[in-house]
Amino acid sequence: MLGFLIRRIIQSIFVMLAVALIAFMMFRFMGDPVNSMVSENATTEERDEVRERLGLDQPIWVQYGRYVARAAQGDFGLSWRNARPVSTLLAERFPATAELVLVAAGLSLLIGIPLGIFTALRPHSFLAQSLQFLSLIGISLPTFVTGILLILVFSVWLGWLPSFGRGEVVDIGWWSTGFLTLSGLKALILPSVMLCLFQLTLIMRLVRSEMMEVLRTDYIKFARARGLTNRSIHFRHALKNTLIPVITIFGLQLGGLIAFAIITETVFQWPGMGALFIQAVSFGDVPVMASYLVLVSLIFVIINTSVDLLYAVLDPRLRVDGARASH
Amino acid sequence: MFRNLLMTAAAVGCLAAGASAETLRYATARDIYGLDPHAVTDSFTNIFTHHIYEPLVRYDADLNIEPALATSWEVIEPNRVRFTLREGVTFHGGQTFDAADVQVSLMRAVDPRSPLRGNLPGLTAVEIVDDMTVDLVLEGPTPLLNNYLTNIFILDSGWLEEHGATAPIDASQGEEGYTTNNANGTGPFMLESRRPDALNVMVAYDGWWDSPEHNLTRIEHSPIGSDATRVAALLSGEIDLIEPAPLQDAPRIDNAPGVHMMQNPGLRTIMMGINMGESLVDGNVEGNPFQDLRVREALYHAVNMELIRDRIMRGNSRVTGSLIAPQVTGYAEEMDERLPYDPDRARALLAEAGYPDGFAFNLNCPNDRYINDAAICQAMAAMMAQAGFEPRLVTEPRQIHFQRVDNHEVDVFMLGWATLPMLDGFSVLSAMLATPGGEYGTFTPAGYSNSRIDELTQSIAVEVDPEHRLEMMHEALMAARDDVVWMPLHQQPLSWAVRDTVEIPQPADGLVRLWYARVTD
Repeated sequence: MLGFLIRRIIQSIFVMLAVALIAFMMFRFMGDPVNSMVSENATTEERDEVRERLGLDQPIWVQYGRYVARAAQGDFGLSWRNARPVSTLLAERFPATAELVLVAAGLSLLIGIPLGIFTALRPHSFLAQSLQFLSLIGISLPTFVTGILLILVFSVWLGWLPSFGRGEVVDIGWWSTGFLTLSGLKALILPSVMLCLFQLTLIMRLVRSEMMEVLRTDYIKFARARGLTNRSIHFRHALKNTLIPVITIFGLQLGGLIAFAIITETVFQWPGMGALFIQAVSFGDVPVMASYLVLVSLIFVIINTSVDLLYAVLDPRLRVDGARASH
Repeated sequence: MFRNLLMTAAAVGCLAAGASAETLRYATARDIYGLDPHAVTDSFTNIFTHHIYEPLVRYDADLNIEPALATSWEVIEPNRVRFTLREGVTFHGGQTFDAADVQVSLMRAVDPRSPLRGNLPGLTAVEIVDDMTVDLVLEGPTPLLNNYLTNIFILDSGWLEEHGATAPIDASQGEEGYTTNNANGTGPFMLESRRPDALNVMVAYDGWWDSPEHNLTRIEHSPIGSDATRVAALLSGEIDLIEPAPLQDAPRIDNAPGVHMMQNPGLRTIMMGINMGESLVDGNVEGNPFQDLRVREALYHAVNMELIRDRIMRGNSRVTGSLIAPQVTGYAEEMDERLPYDPDRARALLAEAGYPDGFAFNLNCPNDRYINDAAICQAMAAMMAQAGFEPRLVTEPRQIHFQRVDNHEVDVFMLGWATLPMLDGFSVLSAMLATPGGEYGTFTPAGYSNSRIDELTQSIAVEVDPEHRLEMMHEALMAARDDVVWMPLHQQPLSWAVRDTVEIPQPADGLVRLWYARVTD
C-alpha cells in the first residue's frame, strides 16, 4: 500500500514536469503578451526591454528551466496580467471551482444513480422511456447551449435565479464559500446544473445498463430462488456489483468536470480557476497558464489514485491483487 | 418619551429616504488588471482607477481638458511648466494633497521600470516651488504635456512610503505590490471592496473637492466575459449598464422594455497598413508590387466600405478616409474623403502597373481585437479578389497578430488607432508614419519613409504655437493620404446598453465616466 502511494507520488512529479514542458512548448504559438503590457504608444525599444525583463528573449528550454527551478522552491512567479502572485490567484479561485465541481458531481450521483436503478427495474414504464429520451438530449446538447438556455429561462424570463457570479460569499480563512448565504446557494444552481447534466445522464445510462446485466446473472436468480425480498436483491446484491464500473467512469469524469468547468465558468462568470485560465490564455500570461496546467494534472493524479484505492474498499478481490502488485 | 422616540425614528426615516441610495451596477467584458494606476497602460483599467485617483488635469465629458488637481499652469521657460495645485484636497485616507504627492507620483510614473513611462515622455524632474506649486522640467518644449497628464494619476506620498510602494510595480520581479490591491486617491469614489473577476464596489466620497454632477452613492462593477450572459444580466434587471453591448443584440435590446442601446462612432479608427518593403512575406511575384503607388490605389479602390458598414457593422460604423477621428486635434474634412469604390478602376490601375493577372499577398487580421475584425477582412478579401488581387486571408488571435506586425511579417494588415490618451494627430505621425528609429515609427509599415513627414513630425513634437502646429500636422497627414501608406476603413462604433433610468454621457473615447452618471427612479 505504502509502496503503491510512493510510486504514485513519483509518477505524479514526472507527469507535472511533462505537462509543464508541453505547455512551454505550446506557449511559443500563443504570441506575445508584451503588446498587452505596454502602452499603445510604446516604442520598439521599450517593448524589447519588457521582453528581456520577462525572459521572453530566451529559448524555450531556458524559460522552462527557470520556471521549474523556481516552482521547485514553491515560487510560481507573478501573473503578468495583474502583477499578483500566481499561487495567491490560484488559491483565491480554487474554492469557487471546487464548490461548483463538488455540487455538480454530487448532483450527478444523487440523481443519476436512482434514475438509473429506476429505469433498469421498470424499463417499459412510460416514465423510464421518457427519461431515456431526455438523457439522450442531455448527452448530445453542447454544454454552453444548455447554459445559455438555463439563463434565458430562469434569469431573463422567470427572474428566479442570477445569471452570473457567485452571489455573496463568506470567507472562512482563505476559503471563500457560497454555501452559507441564500444568494450564494441560488447562484450555484444554474452553473452546477449545466455542469452536471452530461455526467448525470452518463451515470444514469451506465447504471441502467450495468444493472440490467447484473439482474440477468445466475446469482440473482439464485437469490430469487432463495426467496429474498426484491429490495434486498436489488439494492444489496445487484447494485453493489454495478458500482465498480460506475466509480471508474465517475473518477475519470471528475477530472473532466474540472476541465468542463472552464466553459461553465465562462458562461456564468463564475470566478474560478477555469475563468482565470481563459483570461490568462487571451493575455498570454505564461506563469498563470503553466501553473494552472500543472495544478490540474496534479488533481488528475490525485483523483485517479483515490479511485484505485476506492476499488479496494468496494471489491475485496482487488484488495489482494493490489497488495501483491505493489510489491 | 415614547413620542419623542417615534418622532426621532420618523426623522431618521425621512433623512434616509432623502439621501436615497442610488446604486449603479455596471458590467464590462473583463476585470481591471489591478488598482495601481502606474502599473498598467490599459485604458479600461485606467478609466476605472480614474474614479478613485485623479490627474492634474482631466478630460470633461466632451473631451476638453479642464483643471483637476491643478488649478492653473504656465510655461515659464520652454522646458519648464509651473503648475499651481488645488487647495483643500484630501485623500480618502485623510491625508492632505500637496506638492510632494505630485513629485513622487509623476516620478513614479516615469521611472524606467514603469510601463506607463511612454505616456509621459520627456519629463526629467519635478521641482517643488512651495507646498502648492510645482515645476515640471522637460527635455524640451512639450505641446502635449497636458494631454499626457490627463492619464497620470496622483497618489499620496506618505501613504506610498508607509506601505513601501514608492517604486513602481514590476511584474518580472516576483513581488506583489501593496497598491495592486489597495487604493487611496482624491477622486469622487472610494474603493470599498474588490474581488477580482467577481465584484468591485466603490462608494461616493463625501469629501470630494468638486461638486458632484452624479447622484450615485454606490457603484457595483461586475466583469462578465460572455456576451450573451452580459446581455441577459441587463435584460433580467441584475445590471444597469453594460459596456460593450454586442452589436448583434442591439435590436433585441432596443425592443426589450426598460432598456436601450447607446451607439456612437468612437475615436478608434480601423485601418489597413500596406507592406512596402523589398519583398512580400507571402507573394508569388518578384519584389513587392505595393511599392508602386498605383497598386496601393488599386487596393483602396477595390474595397467597398459602405457595403461593409451596412452588412457587417449593421449600419453602425462611420466610414472614413482619415486616419484620425473628427474629435482628434489635426482632423480636417478634406482628409475624410475616400478613394471611391471602383473595381474597374482597380483592375485598370493593376494592369497599368504591370500586374494584369494580379498577385498574391497575405491579408493579416486579428480575430479578437476589434469589432467584427475577422468578418471585415473576410469581406475585404472577397472584394480584393473581385478586383483582380489574390489575397490570402490570415486571421489570428491578437497576441500573434501584433507580434507579426511588430516583426514586419505582414503584407496588408489591420490596425486600430484611437490616439489615446493624448487625442492628438501627433500620435499617428510619430507611431505610424515616421521612419522607424528611436521613439518613432513603431507601427510604420515596412519600407515606408517620407523625409518631409519625418521633418514635420519632429517640428510638431516641439511646436507650441497651436495654429502653426495644426498647419504642419495638416500637411503631414495629407502627404500620408496621398502616399496611401494606410488605407482607412471606418471608425468603429461605441456600443453600450443601459436601463432607461440611467443617464450618462458617452464620450467618443468610449470610456465610462460614472462621475457624470445619474440614476432616476
